[in-house]
Amino acid sequence: MNKKVTQKIAFTIFKLLGVLIVGILLWILGFIIFNGIGVINWEFLSTGPKDGMTGGGIFPAIVGTLCLMLGSIVFAFPLGIMSAIYTSEYAGSGWIVRFIRVMTNNLAGIPSIVFGLFGMALFVNTMGFGDSIIAGSMTLGLLVLPIIIRTTEEAIQAIPDSFRQASLALGASKLQTIRKVVLPMAFPNIITGLILSIGRVSGETAPILFTVAAYFLPKLPTSVFDQVMALPYHLYVVATSGTDVEKSRPIAYGTALVLIAIVLIMNLLANVLRRYLSNKVKKD
Amino acid sequence: MRKIRKIIEKIVEGILTLSGMATTLIILLIIVFLFKEGFGFFKSPVVEKGYEVCLNSSNTVDKLSSYQIKQIFDEDITNWKEVGGADAPITPYRFEYLFEQYDEADFGEEYKLLPAKIAEIIKADPNIIAFMPTKYVPQDLSIRTLPRENFGFVDFFFGKEWMPTATPTAQFGILPLILGTLLVSITAILIALPLGLGVAIYLSELASKRVRKILKPVIELLAGIPSVVYGFFGLVVLVPLVQDWFNLPVGETAFTGSLLLAIMALPTIITVAEDSMRNTPRAMREASLALGATQWQTIYKVIIPYAKSGISAAVVLGIGRAIGETMAVLMVTGNAAVMPTTLFEPIRSIPATIAAELGEAPSGGAHYEALFLLGCILFFLTLIISISAEVISKRHPQN
Repeated sequence: MNKKVTQKIAFTIFKLLGVLIVGILLWILGFIIFNGIGVINWEFLSTGPKDGMTGGGIFPAIVGTLCLMLGSIVFAFPLGIMSAIYTSEYAGSGWIVRFIRVMTNNLAGIPSIVFGLFGMALFVNTMGFGDSIIAGSMTLGLLVLPIIIRTTEEAIQAIPDSFRQASLALGASKLQTIRKVVLPMAFPNIITGLILSIGRVSGETAPILFTVAAYFLPKLPTSVFDQVMALPYHLYVVATSGTDVEKSRPIAYGTALVLIAIVLIMNLLANVLRRYLSNKVKKD
Repeated sequence: MRKIRKIIEKIVEGILTLSGMATTLIILLIIVFLFKEGFGFFKSPVVEKGYEVCLNSSNTVDKLSSYQIKQIFDEDITNWKEVGGADAPITPYRFEYLFEQYDEADFGEEYKLLPAKIAEIIKADPNIIAFMPTKYVPQDLSIRTLPRENFGFVDFFFGKEWMPTATPTAQFGILPLILGTLLVSITAILIALPLGLGVAIYLSELASKRVRKILKPVIELLAGIPSVVYGFFGLVVLVPLVQDWFNLPVGETAFTGSLLLAIMALPTIITVAEDSMRNTPRAMREASLALGATQWQTIYKVIIPYAKSGISAAVVLGIGRAIGETMAVLMVTGNAAVMPTTLFEPIRSIPATIAAELGEAPSGGAHYEALFLLGCILFFLTLIISISAEVISKRHPQN
């Protein structure tokens, strides 16, 4: 009897903890959405800040963040996928691949502020890009590279060897097999990883502090060597250094909501696409 | 035709091999560049360029560390005996005092008479220590300038004061920053571990498929919320809450940071711990149940011991996340660079220091280099953590 009571107590606690986790998420999301939804309107999304960050909208920051999302993916996506193809298809299972995996894990564990320092030292100063979209995108690209490599590797490794063997038996070369069999089948999961990493890029602040982010820059970028405003940095600025908290708080709520919305949309998109595409691959 | 194809295959293979090395190369580059920018720190003088510390020639002291100079000017050290000189009281003298003591007109045109005045003052007092701009230091036999000392390892790693813009000498002691970082991170994990472990057990052993379908995306989303949004949430919600609960003068404390970091570390802890619990072989569970153990007994006598290495890895990775977190900590811990004494005071972490100060530190100066050194320390801390997590999770569970 006693055993059962202990079990009941323990399981109830675990269940409550599960509920608590959901509660925490709902608390944070609810808080941001509840306070931010009233701020969002067309004007907020389509005009620049004015009156020293106490009025106006966040349009330049949205554009800046979109530029950075796109830019970082241009750098990280090809490199990440090629790296993953190498480790899962070519490198075999010796010490080299183990070493590369450890390095990729280490890279994933490096704090984002260190990427910021590195980006500043290499891209901004040594390569002379200055504070620019290109410097920021490359820094962010390095940050998400391990995520892209990992998800791509997982996607590729999930494909049964029998498919590869069938293709090779038909006389296809290794590269042809990868191109025509492995990659198309792994595509749904690769694209999911890609979308999730774009979501991650949108919210990173520390790496862009010293590589691209501008405090206030109402004009839109015209080239990759321009500085831009970015949503996460804008939220930090508005939340911490406002002179008039009463007036700048709503802007902070609105910016936070837009950031959360991007993350939510990316998550949703990733899940929907994964389901849709994997059904399609199965049918083909 | 076939030959060309073979060549192309070889080329592609070469490119793929190269990109396989990309992460290794990036880590090497990070090490090289952080050190390149940071290591100049130990070659930079404690007294800012363009200034000198002058003594009367009769004074025998010829070596003062940056911390000693600071203490002298703060009047924490008041006797030359304490720094290896004669038993005499110290008279600290700053450049500004000249303008209180004399009229601007006394210095003549373009301050031409200023060096002479300085010489007069230093000659008059054998116990004086004067902090002067180099260009006004008089050429006089009875005046000695202190030889330029560089910042030392001990001052940096064990210095208790971080005051990068103080005059006459900036203080770059990182001990308060390291302790602040560790205090916040470890407290965060102590809060997050029981929570995360409970949820991991629930997810891997108890939850129905439907519940898992709800909880998994919830955890993914918690991991996906940007840190700056967490920071904002902490600033607006947690800071006033903590201030209220504990009746504090300010809510921006180490504890607030720990609470926020605990929430942020939960997804890592839950996912890693759950994975390792799921890997418990079915045979072991069934054996335990067949011997008459309840499900709960099976969990804490069989599954948790089996998953111990995975759970340890989860803890280590969680600490790694917490140590490196920048924005959230920056926004809620108050950023006071003091030696932490309690959880309920403001502290300052290493990443927050870099984020807050790098923008204002002139490139190539001692402050800038010190911040890059902090980056090096952070890098190696997290590297050690990643590697130990790897080693721990590879360890085979004992039977």
